[in-house]
Amino acid sequence: MGDMIDARGLSCPQPVFETRKKMLSLSHGNFTVLVDSPTARDNIIRLAAGQGWRTVVETSHDEYTISLEKTCGDASQIFSAEGL
Amino acid sequence: MKWISEFLGSVKGILLTGAFIGVIAPLLQNFGNPPNMGICVACMERDIAGALGFHRAAVVQYLRPEIIGLVLGAAIAAVMFGEFRARSGSAPLMRFMLGFFAMTGALVFLGCPWRAFLRLAGGDFNALTGLAGMLAGVWAGVFFIKKGFSLGSSRRTPAMAGWVFPVLMIGLLVLLLANMYVSYLPESVIYKEQGKFAPFFSLSGPGSQHAPLIISFGAALAIGFLAQRSRFCTMGAIRDVILIKDMHLMWGILALVLAAFGTNLMLDQFKPGFTGQPIAHTEHIWNFLGMGLAGLAYALVGGCPGRQLFLAGEGDGDSAVFVIGMISGAGFAHNFAIASSAAGTGLWGPAAVIVGLVFCLGTGFFMRQKI
Repeated sequence: MGDMIDARGLSCPQPVFETRKKMLSLSHGNFTVLVDSPTARDNIIRLAAGQGWRTVVETSHDEYTISLEKTCGDASQIFSAEGL
Repeated sequence: MKWISEFLGSVKGILLTGAFIGVIAPLLQNFGNPPNMGICVACMERDIAGALGFHRAAVVQYLRPEIIGLVLGAAIAAVMFGEFRARSGSAPLMRFMLGFFAMTGALVFLGCPWRAFLRLAGGDFNALTGLAGMLAGVWAGVFFIKKGFSLGSSRRTPAMAGWVFPVLMIGLLVLLLANMYVSYLPESVIYKEQGKFAPFFSLSGPGSQHAPLIISFGAALAIGFLAQRSRFCTMGAIRDVILIKDMHLMWGILALVLAAFGTNLMLDQFKPGFTGQPIAHTEHIWNFLGMGLAGLAYALVGGCPGRQLFLAGEGDGDSAVFVIGMISGAGFAHNFAIASSAAGTGLWGPAAVIVGLVFCLGTGFFMRQKI
């Protein structure tokens, strides 16, 4: 189980920015982000899709726990897809 | 319901929202709203400030139903899709002040980001310096966000706190409708003649120009609904491109500008040039710095003025405080010769922009919190 970012109650763009920072620092692996706004949830899912991270969202009491995961294989696919 | 949500949350949804605003705004102008101001959140909040007697600029006073409609449209969408969440408590006074100075900058330039794009689509090239300023302001905001700027977390509150602002908007609508009736009462006519009875409505100038209430209100309800679902935000569009290299929201702006340009051409409202543009001036430095100040304030607070209205409709009390800060800023801007006019900047406009920049840069620098 990786780290957890608690981004509940934060304004745009902090939840997505903190998620992106974590993605860049890890390059692959897994972590979770806790948010309480549908906008932040959607933005993080969109960001993750663009960066090749898989997401699973659990909803409980208007809070969303987003699990993000990317393996080394995923990374190489993304790099090759981008022509890097 | 689910497919509506998925559609409006997609790129097609943001394109539709931008294009809808782009078509509706020039049409509202055609129906009577001021030139290149079919919809302008800052200008319309300023008109509301005037109607309530918070400033005395007789030419910019009207209870604009567009603002009411934008908030209530977002509230309806939020309730329908289970996204109404009462929340508050993220540095409210800072947000008030950021709203105050956002309006200061907006009234030196003469428009919110929506109007900047609408001015451009109407051929007013002065909007270009304003938009360049906004880009610089948002860029500065992104710099602070990267360095750890945060206004802190909000907390869930009882639903009542989230409903105060939408209900306040219903109150303004009631006031607007009641005024039509009350104006005919002999008792109020006496007060009206003495200029002592709000709401005050302009008899000339931009405040006197408005589309029929039902059209303005209906159009704004629809925009509020669409924008709540698609998360339309002009500042966010620029910020996301700079900060996370994401074009999603930017498609909305491009759709807005192209749709407004096309609609203006069809309605013969496209008048290209720098001089003689309606409700605009050519002092490029202050157009740049005014919008720079506003752009920085929007970036620090996390959304453009339109987005703040939609968030307030969703129950976000902090966004509502920002809106009230903007309305207060409008009162000050007109009471203290800060707001510009077609003749140029106001006497204290440049000074106020500098004070605002000092405040916002200080906020960006000192408001840091570790998440």
